[in-house]
Amino acid sequence: MNATTSRPAGASAVSAVPANKAKPAASPEVASQRRAAWALVMPATLYFLVLLAVPLVLTFVLSLHGFDPNSGGILPTVSLQHYVDIVTDSYFYEIFLRTLLLSAGVTLLCVLVGVPEAYFLFRMRDPWRSLCLVLVLGPLLISVVVRTLGWSILLGREGLVNTALTKLGLVDHPLQMLFTMGAVTVALVHVLVPLMVLSVWTSLTRLDPAVAHAARSLGAGRPTVMWRVVLPQITPGILSGSLIVFALTASAFATPALIGGRRLKVVATTAYDEFLGTLNWPLGAAIAIVLLVVNVLIISGYNRALEKRFTRRLG
Amino acid sequence: MTSQDSRYDRNGFGALAFHVVFLVFILAPLAVVCLVAFTPDNFLSIPTQHFSLRWFRSLMGDEDFQSALRTSLWLGVTSATVSTALAVPTAMGLARYRFPGRDAINSFVLSPLMIPPVVLGIAFLRLFTLLDMGGSFESLVACHALLIFPYALRLIMAALVGQADEGERAARSLGAGRWTTFRRITLPAILPGVAGGWVLAFINSFDELTATIFVTSPETITLPVRIYMNMSETVDPSVAAISTLLIGLTLAVMLVLDRIYGLNKVLVGNH
Repeated sequence: MNATTSRPAGASAVSAVPANKAKPAASPEVASQRRAAWALVMPATLYFLVLLAVPLVLTFVLSLHGFDPNSGGILPTVSLQHYVDIVTDSYFYEIFLRTLLLSAGVTLLCVLVGVPEAYFLFRMRDPWRSLCLVLVLGPLLISVVVRTLGWSILLGREGLVNTALTKLGLVDHPLQMLFTMGAVTVALVHVLVPLMVLSVWTSLTRLDPAVAHAARSLGAGRPTVMWRVVLPQITPGILSGSLIVFALTASAFATPALIGGRRLKVVATTAYDEFLGTLNWPLGAAIAIVLLVVNVLIISGYNRALEKRFTRRLG
Repeated sequence: MTSQDSRYDRNGFGALAFHVVFLVFILAPLAVVCLVAFTPDNFLSIPTQHFSLRWFRSLMGDEDFQSALRTSLWLGVTSATVSTALAVPTAMGLARYRFPGRDAINSFVLSPLMIPPVVLGIAFLRLFTLLDMGGSFESLVACHALLIFPYALRLIMAALVGQADEGERAARSLGAGRWTTFRRITLPAILPGVAGGWVLAFINSFDELTATIFVTSPETITLPVRIYMNMSETVDPSVAAISTLLIGLTLAVMLVLDRIYGLNKVLVGNH
C-alpha cells in the first residue's frame, strides 16, 4: 500500500518556471497545477464514489431496515435491531469469536513458519534462491478455490493423509479431518503464508549485511546476531505481514466455506448465508457492516500503534 | 566478504530440512490436484496404474465449463482494460503533483484492498438490485474494474516514481502540450509498468470469487464460481481437471512475466 512517491512537494511545479518567478501558494501557476492534478484523478474518484461509497451507504441503510420472516420482505422500519441481535445473540457471538480465534491462530502459525522460511530463502544463492522464491510465491497467483480443492482431496476420509496414516498403522479408522477447525486453519495457512514470506522478504532485502558482519567481527555468536541484529530490523515486515494475514483470514470466505462446511461458520460465510440462503438481507447487511468496521478499526489501530512505536524508537 | 563469512551465511542442515518440508507443504495440494485430474475412476483418486485423459476430454463437451471460461477470460480482459485506463491518469495525478486531498484520494482508491470481498459483494448486489441490472456482464465488469484497480495502480505508480520527469519537463518547455508530452514521452517510458499492471489486474479478476458470487447470474458465471459451486455439491474429477488447466495457465503466465520483468519483481512489488 506504500506505492506513494516521496518526491518533494510540487517539485515539478516550481522547477518548471524560472526561480525568480516562483510564487507562494495560490499563484496562478499553483492553481493550474492543482486543476491539472484534479482533472487526472477525477475519473477514478467519481468511479469509486458511484461504485464504492454509494453502495456501502446503501448497505448501511439496508441494515437498519426490518425483516419479515413470514413474507421474506424488507420492512421500511428503521432501527438498530439487527446490530443489537448481533451483539447479544450467543449464535453470532460464537461465530465472531470463532473467526477471531481462527485469525489469531492462522496469523501465529504464519509467523512461526513464514519468518524462518523467508530468512532461509534469503540466505540461499542463485539460481536456487530465485527458483525457490518463485515456488513459494507463485501459488499466490493460483485461484484460492484450486488451492482449497487440494486440501479437501488431501484431508478427505479416503484422502492421501488418511491412507498414509492407516498404512503406517498409526490409526485404525480414517480420521474425520474435513469440517474441523484444524483443517480450516491448515488450509488458510497454506493460502496466506506466502504473503508473510513476501512481507518479511521485502524487509530482508532492505537489510544492510554490513551490520551483521560487524556484529560477528565484534564477537557476537549466531543466535545473538539473529536475535539482536537481524530480528529487530525485520520486525516491521513481520508486523505488516501479520496484519495482512489477520485481516485476510478474518474476511476469508471460500476456504472456510469449502473446508469448514455448514457447521463451522465464520463471519463471511454467515453474511453470505443470510443474503443468499435465508434471504434476510437486512441482517446480512448488518453483519457485513460489522465485519467492515471491525476490519478497518483493526487495520488502522494496528498501523497507528506501529507508527507510534517506531517513531518513538527512531526519534 | 571473506570465505569464512560466506560459510557463516550458509543455511545449516536444519534450515534446509525446514525449507524442504515447507516446499512440500506449499506444493503438495497443487500436485495432488494435478495428479487426481488424470484418474480413470469416477471419484477423486490418485491414479496408480493407469493415467487417463477422460476428465479433460469431458471438459471439451462441457458447455457450462466452456461458457464459464469464456466469461472469465472476457471479463478479465475488459475489466483489466477499464481499470488500467482509469489507473494511468490517477497514477499521473498522484505521482506527479501535490495537492490538497491527495492522501485522501490515494487511500480511497486503494481501499478495495482493505474491504472484505464479502462486504464488497453485498454492496454491489444492493446497488445493482436497485438499478435493476443485477447479473449482467456489464455489472460484473464494473465491479471487477473497481476490485482490481489497486493492483494496476500500484505497478503504474511504481513505474512513474522510478522514472525521472526531466523528459516531461524538457518536452513541456519546448512547447509540447500536456497530451503530446504524455503520449510521446511519459507513456512509452512507463509502458512496462502499465502492461505489468494490466496483467496483474487480469489475474486478480480471473481469480476473484467471493465478491463475484453475489453479482453473478446463471448466464454470467465465472470459472472460479463454477468450480466453487461444483465443489460444494458433488466433487468429481472434472473439477480437478479444470483446476489443473488453471494451474497450467497460471504457470504459463508466470513464465511470461518472469521472462519480461523477472517474477520476483512483479511479486515483490517492483520498488
